[in-house]
Amino acid sequence: MYRPERRSEAPNSKPSAFSAASMAATAAITTTSSPSLVDTLFQRSLDDVIRALRSSPSSASEETVISRALDEIRREIRSPDLDTKSVSLQKLTYLASLHHLDLSWAAFHALELLPSPSLPHARIGYLAASLSFHPSSTELLPLATHQLRKHFAPSPANPPALAASALHLLALASSPDLGRHLASDLLPLLSSQSAASSSLRAKAVATALRTLAVCPDVAPVLFKPLVDCLSSSDPRTVSAAVGAFCELALAAPDPFPYLPLAPEFYRLLVDSRNNWVLIKVLKIFARLAPLEPRLASRILDPICQLLRRSHAKSLVFECIRTILSSLTDHEEAVRLAVDKVKEFLSSDDDPNLRYLGLRALSMLGSAHPWVVEESKEAVIKSLSDPDTNIRIESLHLIVGMLCESNVVEICNLLNKYAMKSDPEFANEIIGAMLVTCGKNLYELILDFDWYVALLGEMVRNPHCAKGEEIERQLVDIGLRVRDARPELVRVARDLLIDPALLGNPFLFRVLSASAWVSGEYVEFSRNPVELVEALLQPRINLLPSLIRAVYIQSVFKVMSFCFISFIEQIQAVELLSVGGSTQRSEKNGEQSDTVPLKTTESNVSEGDHGDTTADTVLLLDLIDKKTNFTRESISDLMNLIETAVAPLSECEEVEVQERARNVLGLLFTLRETQFWNIEAAHELKSDKELSEIIELLEAAFSEELGPVSANAQKRVSVPEGLNLNANLSDLSKILTDYDLTPSASISFSLQSYNPQETKEDSVLAVEPSSLLAEHRKRHGLYYLSTHRDGDELNDYPRANEPLLPVDHGDATEDLVKLTTPSLVPRKSKPTKPRPVVIRLDEGDGTSTSHLTTVKKSDNLLSEAIRGVLLENESQPSLSGKLDTSSKRRENDASDNSELISQQTESVTLEHGNSSSRKSRQHRTHKERNESHFKNEDIEKSSRHSIKSSRQHRRHKHRQRGDVTADIVPQTPAIQDFLL
Amino acid sequence: MGIRFVLLVNKQGQTRLAQYYAEHLTLDERRALEGEIVRKCLARTEQQCSFVEHRNYKIVYRRYASLFFLVGVDNDEQMEYTYCGSFTHGRSKQFSSVIAYVAMGAVVDVIAYVNELAILEFIHLFVETMDRHFGNVCELDIMFHLEKAHFMLEEMVMNGCIVETSKSNILAPIQLMEKAS
Repeated sequence: MYRPERRSEAPNSKPSAFSAASMAATAAITTTSSPSLVDTLFQRSLDDVIRALRSSPSSASEETVISRALDEIRREIRSPDLDTKSVSLQKLTYLASLHHLDLSWAAFHALELLPSPSLPHARIGYLAASLSFHPSSTELLPLATHQLRKHFAPSPANPPALAASALHLLALASSPDLGRHLASDLLPLLSSQSAASSSLRAKAVATALRTLAVCPDVAPVLFKPLVDCLSSSDPRTVSAAVGAFCELALAAPDPFPYLPLAPEFYRLLVDSRNNWVLIKVLKIFARLAPLEPRLASRILDPICQLLRRSHAKSLVFECIRTILSSLTDHEEAVRLAVDKVKEFLSSDDDPNLRYLGLRALSMLGSAHPWVVEESKEAVIKSLSDPDTNIRIESLHLIVGMLCESNVVEICNLLNKYAMKSDPEFANEIIGAMLVTCGKNLYELILDFDWYVALLGEMVRNPHCAKGEEIERQLVDIGLRVRDARPELVRVARDLLIDPALLGNPFLFRVLSASAWVSGEYVEFSRNPVELVEALLQPRINLLPSLIRAVYIQSVFKVMSFCFISFIEQIQAVELLSVGGSTQRSEKNGEQSDTVPLKTTESNVSEGDHGDTTADTVLLLDLIDKKTNFTRESISDLMNLIETAVAPLSECEEVEVQERARNVLGLLFTLRETQFWNIEAAHELKSDKELSEIIELLEAAFSEELGPVSANAQKRVSVPEGLNLNANLSDLSKILTDYDLTPSASISFSLQSYNPQETKEDSVLAVEPSSLLAEHRKRHGLYYLSTHRDGDELNDYPRANEPLLPVDHGDATEDLVKLTTPSLVPRKSKPTKPRPVVIRLDEGDGTSTSHLTTVKKSDNLLSEAIRGVLLENESQPSLSGKLDTSSKRRENDASDNSELISQQTESVTLEHGNSSSRKSRQHRTHKERNESHFKNEDIEKSSRHSIKSSRQHRRHKHRQRGDVTADIVPQTPAIQDFLL
Repeated sequence: MGIRFVLLVNKQGQTRLAQYYAEHLTLDERRALEGEIVRKCLARTEQQCSFVEHRNYKIVYRRYASLFFLVGVDNDEQMEYTYCGSFTHGRSKQFSSVIAYVAMGAVVDVIAYVNELAILEFIHLFVETMDRHFGNVCELDIMFHLEKAHFMLEEMVMNGCIVETSKSNILAPIQLMEKAS
C-alpha cells in the first residue's frame, strides 16, 4: 500500500504543546505530531465528541470544542492502528458534514481504511471518502481504483454491503478516467443472476448510469447489459434499470435512440404493479410519445386505465402529467386527466395537490383554453390562497389566458388586487402583467390609452418595485405608438406632479421616463407651464443626478416649445391683423391670460370680416391647436426657470450642471433679444433676432428621432468612391469648413453670462438636425416615415376619465367579479382600430427563448447510445438502412429474416449455423464492412462507418459474444413491434 | 438526474445530515445553500404546500417533529429566457424565468424530472425505515448514529436514483454490520 512520504518526517514536538489556534491554522499534512499509544488508549469516541458539543452553551465554546476535537483527530488519524484511525475518521466525518469543515485533507486516510478486512472499518472509510472526494479535484481517487475493482469482484470475501459502498463511492466521485477504468468491472455486477446479489445489481445499474454520464465512450460496454436488466426477473433490477433509462431519456437532447426500447417499456407499463416503476415508465413515454404517433395511441389506453384505477396520487399525477404534456392530441384522455386535475384542485385540505393541479393546468398551455376556463373558479380562488407558491401558479395561469378581448377587464382587476396584496405578490402581479402585455410589441393591447393609464396605475401601488420595466415600456410606447402619445403625456404629467412617488426609490426610473416623455411630446400637453413647475419642484433634489439631468433637459424642451408656440401665435395674430385693425388685436394680446381662448375667437371673427384666404384658415388652425401664451405667462415662465435652474448651474454633478447651463444659456439668449425691451404699448412685432433663434430651435426639435433598427447600419451600402480605409489626417480641415457654414448665417448677441456654452449649444442644435435631414434624404429607406400612417386615426377618442374607479370592496368580491369575464379568447369586434405599433424588422421584439440548452456531454452520450442501439453513429442517412437488433429483438423481428437473406447472402449462409459465435460475428462484421464500402461509394462517408463498426466489433469481443449481431434491414428506423 | 441532495435540518437551522449527489459545491456554497433553503422552509406554514423553488432546485420537504427532511431535485423550469427590446435605446432584460415562460405561452418540451409526490413518499419511507431501526426515532438518534443514517440513505438512493424501497432490504446490511462488530 502506498504510504505518504511525509510519514518519515521525524516527529519532534509534543502534541500538547500545540494551541488550538495554531493547530487549526496549520494544515494537517504539515503537523508533526505523532500518534502515540496514549492516544489510542484514551481516544474519545464519536459519542463523547457529540456530547461535548451538545453541552457547550454558546457557539463560541462550541468552536473550541470543535477545534480541540480536530486537534485530536489530526493526531489520531495517523495512528497505524485501524481502530483508532477509523474512530477518528468517524469523528471527522461527523464534524465535517454537520459543521461544514473541510474533509479533503483526510481523503488519504479514508483510502487507508478501505482494504481493512473489517466491514465497519471499510464502510467508515467509504463514507468519509464519498463525502470528501471530488471527481475534479482529487488526485487520490486513482489510488483507490484498484481497491474498488477488488471490491466489485464477486468473491465470498466481499459482502454485498462492501460492494454497495464501493459502488456508491464510484457513483459520487467518478471522473472520466475512473469511469473508463472501472466500466468493465461493473459488468459482472450488472449481469449477475443470483438472488443474493440482486440489490447489488440494482445499485450497479445506478452507478453505470453515472459512469455513462461522465464518460460517454463507455456506452458500448455498459449499454447492452443495462438493456438486459430491463428484462430481468428481479423487480429491483428492473426498477433501477427503468430509473436509469428514465434519466437517460430525459437528459438526452434527442430521445430518438431510445425508441427501439419502447416494447420493453410498454410491457412494463402493462404488467408492472410497482408505482415507482410505473412513474418512471410514464416519464420515458412522455418523452418518446411525441416522436411516434402510433406509440402515443398505443400507450393511451393503459395510461387511462392507470389513471382511473390507481389510488396512488403520485401515479395519478404522473399519468396526468404525461397526458397533458405529451398526449394532448387525444381529446378523451385530456378530458379524463382534466377531471382528475379538478379533483386535485378541489382538495381543500392538501395544498400539495392544489399546487400540482395548477401546475398540471399550466402544462397544457394555451392550446386548450377550455381547460382553464372550466376550472376558472378554482384557479381564481387560488389567487387568495395562503400559500405564495399556489398564488403565483394561479396568477401565471390567469395571465397566460389573457387575450385581446379580456385583457382590459382582467388586468384592471388584477391591478386592483395587487393594491391589496402583500408587497411580494403585488410585484409578482405587476411583473406578470407587464411581461404579458408587453410581449411581442404589445400584441394584446388594442387600446393603448387604457394601457398607458394602467401603467400609471401600477406605479401608484405603494409596493411597486418594477420601475425599470415600466420606464422601458413608457418610453417604448412613446416611440412606437404615435396615437398613444397624448394619453402618455397626460399620464406622465400626473406621475410628475404626484409628490408620493418621489419617496419610492424604485420608481425614480419611472419618473425619469415621465420627464422624458413630457419633454419629448410636450406638444400634446395641456398646460406646459404646469409641467415646468412639476419638473422644477424643489423636491427633485431627492432624485439621483442622472434623472435630474433628464428633468432639466425636459425643461429645456418644454421651454423652447413654449417660445415657439408663443412666437407662432404672435405671427398668426399679426397676419390676421393685417386685414383688420391692428389696435384691437394688440389689445387682445394684452388681455389677461385667463381668457386666451376668447382672444383667438375674437380674432377669428375679426379675421372673418377681413379676407378669408386659405392661409388664414391654416393659421387659425395653428392658433387653435396651441396652448395660448401671453407675454406675461412667458415672462413668468422664464423667471420660474431662472430661479429654479440657476442654483443647479453650480451643481457638482456634471450631467446636471451641463444641462442646467444649457437651459440658462438659452434663457439668457432669449432675454437679450430686443423683443422684451419693447414696451407693451408699442407695436407687437416679432423682431428678427428672436424669430431666428426660434427657427433654429424649431429645427432642432421638430425632427423626430424615431427608433432605428439595430441592423440599419449594416444595410447601408458603402457609397461608390468612398474609401473607408483612407487616412483621415485631413479630417479636421474638412470639419472646420463644414462647421462654419451653418453658424455663419446666424449672428448671436450673446450675453456675458456664459457665451461659450451658449454658442456651442446652438451650433450643436443646428448641426444634428441638418445632418439628419441630409442623411434622411439620402437613406430614406432606413428611416421610418415621418408622416402619419393613417389619417383616419386622428379622431381617435381620448380617454379622459380615469379608467379605474377604485372601489374598496373586499378581496373576495373582486375575485368574484374576476370570474365574470371569460378567460377564453372571444371573437369580438374591436370598437376602434388598433393603433399602429412601429416595427423595425422581422426580428424586432420577437423573443429568443433558449428552451433547451444542449449540453455537450449529453450529445456525446446520445451519440454513443445511438451507436449502440441503432448501430450507427451520427449517420442519420444510414439509420433507415441498417439496424442491429438485440437478442430479444431478434425473435421479434424474425419475420424480417427473409429480407436479410435477400440482401446479404453470407448472413443467410451463417444463419442457423452453430459454428463458433465469435467467428460468426467477425464475419458478419466483415461482411458488413464490405457492404458499407459498396454502399458508400455514393455516400462518401465510408471512413466514419468503418470506424464505428470497428469500435463495435471491439466491444463485442470484450463481451465474449454475449450479444449476437444481425443485420436487419428496415425501411423506417422505428420498430413496428408495438403495432 | 433525479435527487440532487438530501438534507436533514432541525428547527434551529442546524444541519443533521447532508448528502449531495453529483453536486459538487464548495463548503461555502453548501453553507449558503443550506442556510437559504432552511430559512425559506422554516417560514412556511402547515397550510402551505411542500414544494419550494430555490435557485435551480425544486425542494420537496416534509417536517417530522423538530426535523425538516429536505430533498432537492432538478427544477424542470430552469430555462433562461431573455427578453430583448431591440430598438436603439433598449436594453435587454432578464426576467424571472417562470413569468417569462408563462407570458410567452411557450410549449414546454421539458418533461419534469421527478414526481414531487413520489419524493414525498420517499421521504416518508426514509423516516419509517429509521423509525423501524431506532424505534421511535428522534433527532438525537440521527445525531449519534449519523453513519447509520447515511448507510440507509446509501441503500435507498444511488446516484440520485431511488434504488431500494423495501424497508427490510434497506436495513439488512446495517444489521449485518452490527452483528459483525
